[in-house]
Amino acid sequence: MIKQYETVFIATPVLSDIQMKEAVAKYTKLITDNGGEIVYEEDWGLKQLAYPIQHKTSGFYYLIEFKADPQFVANLETQYHRDERILRYLTVSLDQHAIAYAEHRRQTRAAKAAAAAAPKAEEAPAAEVAEAEVNAE
Amino acid sequence: MANNNEIRYLNPPTVEVRKKKYCRFKKAGIKYVDYKDPEFLKKFLNEQGKILPRRITGTSLKFQRKVAQAVKRARSLALLPYVTDLLK
Repeated sequence: MIKQYETVFIATPVLSDIQMKEAVAKYTKLITDNGGEIVYEEDWGLKQLAYPIQHKTSGFYYLIEFKADPQFVANLETQYHRDERILRYLTVSLDQHAIAYAEHRRQTRAAKAAAAAAPKAEEAPAAEVAEAEVNAE
Repeated sequence: MANNNEIRYLNPPTVEVRKKKYCRFKKAGIKYVDYKDPEFLKKFLNEQGKILPRRITGTSLKFQRKVAQAVKRARSLALLPYVTDLLK
């Protein structure tokens, strides 16, 4: 039986971008290796925590939606639990309303991103210059 | 006098017309309460971050349970605080 799940984890803010990507890759690989299928991924970036966890006031949030066998979830959570980089995690199974909501959310976010990208097209050269400057440093 | 038994008011008594409460989820047709949206969930919390009762928000029982579930999930992910002052 295959069910749809959604998992959010918070990684420590001390990780570099590359380390964070590694962590994400580890879990996406874990899901796909165990017969799961990734539906959607979303990086929330560095966010302020509402209260300190392990003396840290911020963390990298990452959301993965996936389809997998229910028995796999326990496996995923043990992996989270053993990983020192992960401050918190939450895995939720999605019912039909939740799936509909998630799809709607995805579409509105995509539309918003597209709308934000369109007017920025004019500013894009400026942004590129800024990025180039950052790279130069 | 026939009017003796009647209570007479100097000012006409003001009858409070209370607005009927309604469940915003039923009205808007929302079927799933998202724990990832703390700004929305804050509507159901008081200043200390406690969940408001149904008698104040007017949420139906079905959705009150879902709101409570979502708030608790958001708290565990540090999207909402467990205890605080001046949340809003």
